[in-house]
Amino acid sequence: VKRYFGRKLSLYALTFFIAVTIDWLIPRFMPGDPVQSMLSRISGLQPQAIESMSVYFRGAFGLDKPIWEQYLNFWAALANGDLGISVWAFPQRVTTVIAGAVPYTLALLVPAVLLSWWVGNHIGALAARRRWLDNTVLPVGYILTATPYMWLAILLAWSLASVAGLFPISGGYSMSLRPALTWQFVSDLIAHWFLPFLSLFLVGLGGWAIGMRNMIIYELEADYSRYLQALGTPTGLVRRYAYRNALLPQLTGLALQLGVIVAGALVTEVVFAYPGVGYLILQAILNEDFFLLQGIFLFVIVGVLLANFLIDVAYVIVDPRTRTSMQGRLA
Amino acid sequence: MTRAAPAAPSLPQAGPASGAAGGEHAPPGRAPVRRAPAVAVSTREAVFFAARSPKLLVGLAIVATFLVVAIVGPAFTSRGVYEYVGPTGAPPSAEYWFGTTTFGQDVFTQFVHGLRATFIVGFLGGGLAALVGMAIGFVAGYRGGWLDELLNMVTNIVLVIPTLAVLIILVAYLKARGVLVEAVFIGLTSWPWAARAIRAQTFSLRNRDFVDLARLSGVSTARIIVREIAPSMGSYLFMTFILMFGGAVLIAASLDFIGLGPTEGISLGLMMNNAVLWAALQLGLWWWFIPPGVAITAIVGAMYVMNVGLDEIFNPRLREM
Repeated sequence: VKRYFGRKLSLYALTFFIAVTIDWLIPRFMPGDPVQSMLSRISGLQPQAIESMSVYFRGAFGLDKPIWEQYLNFWAALANGDLGISVWAFPQRVTTVIAGAVPYTLALLVPAVLLSWWVGNHIGALAARRRWLDNTVLPVGYILTATPYMWLAILLAWSLASVAGLFPISGGYSMSLRPALTWQFVSDLIAHWFLPFLSLFLVGLGGWAIGMRNMIIYELEADYSRYLQALGTPTGLVRRYAYRNALLPQLTGLALQLGVIVAGALVTEVVFAYPGVGYLILQAILNEDFFLLQGIFLFVIVGVLLANFLIDVAYVIVDPRTRTSMQGRLA
Repeated sequence: MTRAAPAAPSLPQAGPASGAAGGEHAPPGRAPVRRAPAVAVSTREAVFFAARSPKLLVGLAIVATFLVVAIVGPAFTSRGVYEYVGPTGAPPSAEYWFGTTTFGQDVFTQFVHGLRATFIVGFLGGGLAALVGMAIGFVAGYRGGWLDELLNMVTNIVLVIPTLAVLIILVAYLKARGVLVEAVFIGLTSWPWAARAIRAQTFSLRNRDFVDLARLSGVSTARIIVREIAPSMGSYLFMTFILMFGGAVLIAASLDFIGLGPTEGISLGLMMNNAVLWAALQLGLWWWFIPPGVAITAIVGAMYVMNVGLDEIFNPRLREM
């Protein structure tokens, strides 16, 4: 077990290292000088003033030091949890701004991902080898899979919130309320949460259902299923075995899809102006708040890496083969 | 070597592919691994079944329709994309086929030009992703050894890092962006899935007799890959391209939607972005945000369905008898 996780962890560590380096590299080697563009926004400065201010800012941001030292400083600041100060939400620190948004995103993402994976798997398993159900699940699945996240979100917001008026159309909670642990506030929170959740849930559903359907059909044609069928085992039991085997690749699929799903959550939040990380990204872009953007980038990467690791752990628990082979190696 | 072709899981697109935004969007890495090594299907046979595959034909028809609209459409409108031409927020009419925006811009004009951008991003971004994926997949799968390990590690790293996050950072720092730049960035970040799938395929072909024969007769590695291995999985490569195309279209839509699309011109994602920003939802201007979404969903969905059709043609065991 140690070796398996050791390998995985070192890969993740390497990925993190590369991600941080990218995060550091891009702003520095992109065309355009951040100090210049910042100063150019202040109009009516004399040339000498620009000169002295740019020298000052270069010193303040540590841009006058050699490249390698800047890079080390970046890591040092990171280790202290210092991601700079947000321009958009001045003078709050980037970390505080992000910490305020993360709970919303997680509350949206975690139930949507888990539920759509679970429900999708069941629908897919039911659809396999049942002609009439298959004929409806497949087309619907393909349509859902091909739907851009934000478009489904827009459709839901328009039909259920704007036209039907069943749900609030935007925000995390009503403007008239203040965060408190009252029943009124919590129910308001849930009402605002429901539509973004639903759209994330639905888009994911199609892909999982199709994936599971295909896996089940494959498993039902495997030798072990044929053998069980030949022995006269009840169909239900054979299908249950097939389901459990088909679940493993679906778990891998979940890990591979995480990045995509996170991205989907981000655009969904934008549609509903839901105060999560995705909404922050939009604000950061609109306000050219690069510190915030870089901070969010790191947060997203760390989140995805953590989730990947959790799935690895789940895989070991679910799949006895990984466990036994590892024990064999240890013995 | 010739393992029984799995019934359906061979469909590479049929993974937990979910909505917008994702390089790895369509296909999960696992499916193709189980795909039986390419079964020889003669051209005549392929054409015979292609003409009888409703999935392929319907998918092709939908994509072709939109392609024609994208090519011909702009000729039907003399209005500028952002020109204020008519009444504000007017519903579709004979004069303004798709209605107008809150500012009185013609939605039809924006739509046909946006469609063009979508196809450009799909072809370029998807094509580039497929090419990079092929290069890495072929070399890793054929050479094996430490090179394989190294490329595999790189692939895994790029696979884990959320593509969109990198794109956001990259694109945010570029002041002037065109559709081409966007396509290139998407192509360069969304290849890992293709690389994995092609590596697995190459791996299964590597020790076939005809490849051994070529190696024995002293043919160079590059030539073996181009002349022997690539052709025997040609259909598979084409399907990879289709999936990458769909993926690129979806990623581009997401990027545009959060305001990181082309700074000049229009795209379908940008239309949706504008619609949401300027309260089309609250005002009920459905003609503004429905067409771009329908177009993207239809194009990408049709491509997936086409892919299933193609798979059935080139993989005889999948055909419905």
